[in-house]
Amino acid sequence: MNRLAQMRLWGLIRKESLQILRDPSSIAIAFIMPVVLLFLFGYGVSLDAKHIPVGIVIEQPDRETQSLAGAFERSEFFSPQYFSVIQTAQKALDEHQIDGIVWLRSNFSAQLLSNSASPIGVIVNGVDSNQANITQRYITGTWQAWLSHYAESRGQSLQMPVSVEQRVWFNTALSSRLFLVPGLIAIVMTLIGSLLTAMVVAREWERGTMEAMMVTPLRRSEILAGKLIPYFVLGMGGMLFSVALAVWQFKVPLHGSFWLLMLSSALFMLVALAIGLLISIVAKNQFVAGLLAIIVTFLPAFILSGFLFDIHSMPSWIQFITYLVPARYFVAILQTLFLAGDVWSVVLPNIGALLMMALFYFLLVWRKFHKRLE
Amino acid sequence: MVLRHVLRHIFALAIKEFLALLRDKRSRFVIIGPPIIQLLVFGFAASYDLNHVPVAIYNEDLGGASRELISHIEGSPNFEVIAYLEHDSEVAPLIDNRDVLLVLHLGQHFSSDLLQGTTASLQVILDGRNSNTAMMAMNYLNSIVLDYNLNWLAAEGKSGAFAVLQTRAWYNDNLQSNWFIVPGIVGLLTLLVTLLVTSLSVAREREAGTFDQLLVTPLRPMEILIGKAIPGIVIGLLEATLIIVVMVVLFEIPLRGNLGALYLGIGLFLLSAVGVGLMISAISVTQQQAVLGAFLFMVPAIVLSGFATPIANMPVFVQWLTYLDPLRYFLIIVRGITLEGNSYSLLIHQYWPMAIIGFVTLSLAGWLFRHRMY
Repeated sequence: MNRLAQMRLWGLIRKESLQILRDPSSIAIAFIMPVVLLFLFGYGVSLDAKHIPVGIVIEQPDRETQSLAGAFERSEFFSPQYFSVIQTAQKALDEHQIDGIVWLRSNFSAQLLSNSASPIGVIVNGVDSNQANITQRYITGTWQAWLSHYAESRGQSLQMPVSVEQRVWFNTALSSRLFLVPGLIAIVMTLIGSLLTAMVVAREWERGTMEAMMVTPLRRSEILAGKLIPYFVLGMGGMLFSVALAVWQFKVPLHGSFWLLMLSSALFMLVALAIGLLISIVAKNQFVAGLLAIIVTFLPAFILSGFLFDIHSMPSWIQFITYLVPARYFVAILQTLFLAGDVWSVVLPNIGALLMMALFYFLLVWRKFHKRLE
Repeated sequence: MVLRHVLRHIFALAIKEFLALLRDKRSRFVIIGPPIIQLLVFGFAASYDLNHVPVAIYNEDLGGASRELISHIEGSPNFEVIAYLEHDSEVAPLIDNRDVLLVLHLGQHFSSDLLQGTTASLQVILDGRNSNTAMMAMNYLNSIVLDYNLNWLAAEGKSGAFAVLQTRAWYNDNLQSNWFIVPGIVGLLTLLVTLLVTSLSVAREREAGTFDQLLVTPLRPMEILIGKAIPGIVIGLLEATLIIVVMVVLFEIPLRGNLGALYLGIGLFLLSAVGVGLMISAISVTQQQAVLGAFLFMVPAIVLSGFATPIANMPVFVQWLTYLDPLRYFLIIVRGITLEGNSYSLLIHQYWPMAIIGFVTLSLAGWLFRHRMY
């Protein structure tokens, strides 16, 4: 590159950087957004239920019902409320005061003492199916613990033929925060890379300053590089900031190598930027660009990336779509690098996929951008 | 008559707003097309249910008992056994690569322990990177083992459990998570479109400089406010209706409650969404700021609404914040009416907070129209 070209590029980068610095909303999205998002998700979003309000219906209180209610009382997963008839408990369930009902009928103890299997009615509110599953699991767990405890108190031993011993790798406590926070970095970078870039460049089209730029001696590659470099720097800044928050504030361990993380982030950033540019070229208007960026990049990164919902369980035509979502590859890399370490067999194919996507989108930007110049 | 003048003013402005929005072919498309595509893709994708969880089995036992337990796991639609291991060293690569979510290990003495009446242990090694998926998978496994245990005890003629759980889920009998998620998407997409339409309406004019002209016309700020609010409400209403029709027809989500109560909820929700949108618009100087502002509101609004994760799991401080989120109330209404078959009386406490949010934000927006001049 000769001196003149360098000067031109440098001048353009300077202009773009000044534009970022002047409009505080760009800085806001790069640095305030990550903080807001990480705090919201880190503290606000949790799939770990505790103190689930359950209603325990005891139609005829005695020692046996007392012993079962005590098991719920002692569990950290439940905060029980007591009812004497099922109707009032059902009303409380309708009004969302409780999430589940454990119903001990009046003949519960009699059947229990006569050794015939005494039925315990369990009703959960199934609207939030995931929560309902968790509630059922905890109720079952509490019931099993109580069974063996109760058997012992009667001098019998209730031995389960098979016991399950679980060992969890990578996230021993199964804390949902540890798996949500790494994935969140992908979301933050999607926002900075795609939404911000799409909006900024669409504004230039809308105002006609893009056309003004085209009559300058700047080459196509220089215009693109001049747009990309400042946002790349901004995006990587936001990313470093998010990693720092994840590690120090949320105590998510980073088992993998930092440089591998940086490399894959840089690649993902390039893909996000290219998509942002492409959207702005297609949309050329800030309203359309904004909506497209949210719908094409942010929401898929949220729902189709495996950040929150399991990709394996999606219908196969949607699993196919997820291969088109760059965040999918990045989330896989992030979750592995943070929680498991440098597992090359996971990281390499995903980096390869990101590389292909970056090349593909840049080629597309290159061609589309060219067309519009004429 | 004064009233006639007011109505004419508002009507004229509303027409102009519609034209500004719908004149552009791409704008027309992004209001209708992407939300429907989103609903389809996310409706099928956003699910916590697990099917075909990939499992590997490492069975060192030669007895029949272990084979019987394995056949139960093979027969479950929740699991798909993809590998049978012969050696310890095969476990780690499978888990590391995410080829399997869990490995089941049955030791050499599994069958003989079982036959001698000592507890046989089933070891499970679990990939905890996605903690929720891991817990769900354990849930399925535990219920298979529990069934197996009870059958075994019954076959041995031993007194099994003297109390058994009979579990039922109300409102969502099969605990399908798309019954929970899809009604949520109605709220999410309606909010997205309404917010973008309104938040850009003032900012667009500010950027073009026509808002000052609007302020010096005989239109009163109140009339400008209403004229600008109408397109958002009308488009939101149509959008919501369209999505609800798709939800009922395609996803077969039941609509058990009162339709009038649903539309009262939609109306109040739109009022609050339009209020927030106009407030953002009145604060912003550029369209970029407006979109970013809408976004900075949108993301926390989704996260705090209980769309994907329960509000009850959030820390108390964050739970307080959720009361400011109109989507929180609307989701309870949509889910209450579709799944629980609620009507006005049970939902009254969801209606008035949205009315207050709408009133406050609209007044603030009107005040900002007059007091923010650039």
